[in-house]
Amino acid sequence: MLDQLNQLRDNALQELEPIWDSAPLEAWRVKYIGRKGALAQAMEQLGALPKAERGAVGKLANEVKTALESAFAAKTGQMQQRALSESLESEPLDVTLPGRPRARGRLHPATAVMREIYRIWGDMGFQIFRTREVETDEMNFQLLNIPRFHPARDNWSTFYIADSDQRVLLRTHTSPGQIRAMRALHPNPIRVILPGMCYRYEQITARSEIQFYQVEGLAVGHNITFADLKGTLTEFARRLYGENIQTRFRADHFPFTEPSMEMDVECIICHGAGCPVCKQTGWLEILGSGMVHPDVLRNGGYDPAEWSGFAFGMGPQRIAMLKHRIDDIRYFWGNDLRFLEQF
Amino acid sequence: MKVPLSWLREFVDITIPAHELAEKLSVAGLEVEQMQYIGLPRPHGIKNAPSDAPEVEWARDKFFVAQILEIKPHPNADRLTLAIVDYGKGEPIQVVTGAPNIKVSERGMKVAFVLEGARLYDGHATGWELMTLKRAKIRGIESGSMVCSEKELAISAEHEGIILLPDDAPVGAPLADYLGDVILDVKINPNMARCASIIGVAREVAALTGKKLKMPTLNVLARGAAIAGQLEIVIENPELNPRFTAALIRGVEIKPSPFWIQHRLKLAGVRAINNIVDVTNYVMLETGQPLHAFDYDKLVGRAQGSAPTIITRLPKPGETIETLDGVKRQLDPFTILVCDARGALSLGGVMGGAESEVSAQSKNILLEAAAWNYLNIRRTMQAQHLASEAGFRFSRGIHPAQAIVGLKRAIEMMRQLGGGEIARGVIDEYPRKPKKIVIDLPVAEVKRLLGVEIPVKEIVRILESLEFQVSSPKSHVPSSKSKVRGRSTSLATRHPSLHITVPDHRLDVDGADDLIEEIARVYGYARIPISRMNDELPPQRANVELDQEELARDILIDAGLQDVVSYALTTPEREAMLIPFDERATTRAAPTNAARDYVRIENPISAERVAMRQSLTASLLELVGANLRYRPRVNMFEIGLVYWGRRKGDALLLRELASELPGDDALPLERRRLGIALTGARDESAWQKNDSAPQDFYDLKGVVETLLAGLRIQNAAFTPTGHPSFHPGRAAELKLGEAVIGVFGELHPVVREKFDLPAQAVLVGEFDLDALFARVPPAQPLRALSRFPAIAQDLALIVDENIAAERVHALIAQTGGALLQRVALFDLYRGEPIPRGKKSLAYQLTFQADDRTLSDADASKLREKIVQRVRKEIGAEVRGG
Repeated sequence: MLDQLNQLRDNALQELEPIWDSAPLEAWRVKYIGRKGALAQAMEQLGALPKAERGAVGKLANEVKTALESAFAAKTGQMQQRALSESLESEPLDVTLPGRPRARGRLHPATAVMREIYRIWGDMGFQIFRTREVETDEMNFQLLNIPRFHPARDNWSTFYIADSDQRVLLRTHTSPGQIRAMRALHPNPIRVILPGMCYRYEQITARSEIQFYQVEGLAVGHNITFADLKGTLTEFARRLYGENIQTRFRADHFPFTEPSMEMDVECIICHGAGCPVCKQTGWLEILGSGMVHPDVLRNGGYDPAEWSGFAFGMGPQRIAMLKHRIDDIRYFWGNDLRFLEQF
Repeated sequence: MKVPLSWLREFVDITIPAHELAEKLSVAGLEVEQMQYIGLPRPHGIKNAPSDAPEVEWARDKFFVAQILEIKPHPNADRLTLAIVDYGKGEPIQVVTGAPNIKVSERGMKVAFVLEGARLYDGHATGWELMTLKRAKIRGIESGSMVCSEKELAISAEHEGIILLPDDAPVGAPLADYLGDVILDVKINPNMARCASIIGVAREVAALTGKKLKMPTLNVLARGAAIAGQLEIVIENPELNPRFTAALIRGVEIKPSPFWIQHRLKLAGVRAINNIVDVTNYVMLETGQPLHAFDYDKLVGRAQGSAPTIITRLPKPGETIETLDGVKRQLDPFTILVCDARGALSLGGVMGGAESEVSAQSKNILLEAAAWNYLNIRRTMQAQHLASEAGFRFSRGIHPAQAIVGLKRAIEMMRQLGGGEIARGVIDEYPRKPKKIVIDLPVAEVKRLLGVEIPVKEIVRILESLEFQVSSPKSHVPSSKSKVRGRSTSLATRHPSLHITVPDHRLDVDGADDLIEEIARVYGYARIPISRMNDELPPQRANVELDQEELARDILIDAGLQDVVSYALTTPEREAMLIPFDERATTRAAPTNAARDYVRIENPISAERVAMRQSLTASLLELVGANLRYRPRVNMFEIGLVYWGRRKGDALLLRELASELPGDDALPLERRRLGIALTGARDESAWQKNDSAPQDFYDLKGVVETLLAGLRIQNAAFTPTGHPSFHPGRAAELKLGEAVIGVFGELHPVVREKFDLPAQAVLVGEFDLDALFARVPPAQPLRALSRFPAIAQDLALIVDENIAAERVHALIAQTGGALLQRVALFDLYRGEPIPRGKKSLAYQLTFQADDRTLSDADASKLREKIVQRVRKEIGAEVRGG
């Protein structure tokens, strides 16, 4: 009888092994552990056994029953997992199809470079001070040591406003902001940058535009020197182009600064070897600067015997053009999305 | 200005390579923009100014100075000759040449000669082509070498004949030694006008390299009858003509100038004409003083045989002159004329007149060297659209002291080159002699402004090298032997100030700051140390307006819009296209803005850019049109200014009030605006169908609401508007309180057509950012987060079509009170079974309390209260209720 039970268990487990469908599984259950199954029938014979054997056989029969029932439960669980997996795998996505795009806007490259300049000068303690675009001849020229008919005016081809007797114009540079900042901030010391749009009477070509951004800087204090100007501009160049950028300072002329100078950086494209961008010179002109002319300090309300200061001006678009190798300035205000979306 | 090194060397010794000299000049304010190496090797691997002109190195073993021993006819060609050339090495060589400036039987000319294998330019090519000289048969005669034209040597584009060198050219010398040169093309800034001459540049070179300037002598060999009585000068306005000098030479022979004069003029970019005209140009280039030569006999003729009188004056009304260039010119009232009793002879300081010019027949020459008011010269050049070398110099200012220098130098050169006799003496009318300028320079100022201690000795050396006279109050200028050890501060106390006398070639120096610039420049900007500002910090304050503007940009970019920057100049006609119909032809509302004055440009550069814009929308529509040519969907915005003429009563509406000053209230207004334009599909996705519908009014409204939310602005109201630019019924005004901040909606189809846009809905809006930003609230305190669960209930209401959704929403929110946390519209439905003229609005209502868990009964009670309210106020019925 014991052998018979062992045999029954072994047969049942062996039969269960390959079953993976619900109908055969049910048949197996009925056959072995159903109310009239093989195990139930074996149990019915239990009463006919001698008493001495009855205990051992009964124990084994219970063990077999437990084993078969748990094997059935395990099988049922395995079959459910397999069915779930098969159903999940039945509808795979083509992961190579494009994703749903999220609409993304971008900053205009001129805006982006302005922000970079704001950030650098902001970090260096220069606040942003914006002034008007439609200016007076007095602010734009005369208070900056550029009288009417002065040859220096050749550098600033000017749009004049109609019916103003050439007294009102579109500012040709951000420099009138120097006078405005000084008059507004007097008698405090000053560290500001003066950003904004400027206008010049120029033909629109790949290299010249009728309107362009400029950023002017102005520092006025009791103890500001030409050496400070060199140091401040060098720091700016390092923050813009990296720690190791080479700079060169050249004497230049602006009527509203004295001494005046131009800062060049080593060409960021050829690193000084000479290329078309730097016109083979190895240097790129980045900004003009100088010590604020005593007349200009006076016009701003600061006594040049006690105060000194420096000013500088740069073209953000030129910086962007060099950075991205943009070879045509007309792209900026053309606003072709194919251009704008590259930034 | 073109400065040949060979010419510069006449006035200063140059002991450093050309590229080092160019770098020194460039950093000292005389930027060398171009360097043309003529025959000499261009150094490589160093930073160096480029050359637009072609260059070729004349190999020392291939290019020589040579002499033609004999010229024979070519046996097979009339236009060719055979020249026997001695180049100082071995046997003379026969070359074939077609040069028209040598003829058979001539001999002895010195020429530039090259041997077979030399690299040089092809003289016959139309452009510039380098070639290697090879042996070839020319009409049956073999030739391997050649005599060269200037083009072949890259001296100039001249290929009419070969170069004929002076008789004393050393046969056999490498050509590079004899004619090799470097031309520095120096940019003359307005403050460096004194350097618009070879001597002017030489003076800078001397100061920068520690050499001595060698000035030419001004001796004049004058043997003729005294000039007095042969000419009168009358200066009517000394302010405009502070000095007029003249000299006279009789019996000159007009002929070509010698080789060196012509060669130098050519290198400097001036065409040689004849010896007399060439001298005026040569001396102008050398000294910077422009000169003018008159045919004296023509002046005498005009004076009917008597001594002429030269008058300088302003023109009479209607007066004209024909200048040397053959142009008859109407004269402006500010143009200074050089005249005689009969009329105008020349435009003073700018260009001579045709009638009295020197010709091949001239014998007696009157030479003028004058000083003019630079502002008048400049105005004349601008008004006449006239540029000349003389005008370039006079319009930048030339010290009157220079007139006599140029005059003496030139009259003597005329005698040397043309013969004749110089009349003794000069005429020198000098009614406005500038005062000597003496400047007090406190030595301490140098350090205060430059931030570096430059020894007094060095300051003195620098100033003296530029010909300033330096003295100290006790006339104690430290000699180079005086030693100062470790007590640099005492220098300033021992030399509190220097007295500096400005030399008589400078007009640009009148204060200590000018001197400090000169000191810094010559000392060397590179030697001035780098330092950090060590000064009181200004008050540090944020620029709120700019921060808000940049925040708005970020919000709009996050909403998927492209930032653009467009032209501020436009035409009123273009902006008028925003109005679809002639106002008289429609009964609809007039434009909301009363017509404003345009800020118009007096001198527009094109008909497209004549006035400052009053609207961003027109700019944006142009950009939309341009971009729709390449893609069907454009979403963009611009933050920029609009401008209009201020009228009486216009409020002071300015962007950043801090920068506006008293007196600015007459200037035009500048207002900051935001413009938005959307068109095309809502979603860019290409392969999924959902949401590829065209964008409509609600897309633009969503952008506006996103911006408002980002700026924390609440309680915005949107009201319908009849603004004419928009599609009727599809536009709204954004109002904050009573203020209209902007208007937006779907563009009127007629306006769309006027802007030549395709037939798809275009959504545009324009908002007053100054007004919007003024209403950004301060930061708000945090609202507590409830720990208790929320209950959501739906409510669908059927209301009349003409009830605005905003009204329904407001009634629900108001009635729900504090416990109604959120009201969200999730469906709008029209059609069966909803009756005609009605619509169904379905809302999700979210109830939540801060202090307890709400029951369904609480929520239902509130919902019922809302239902009662909307039924009573707007006759709403609950759908399916």
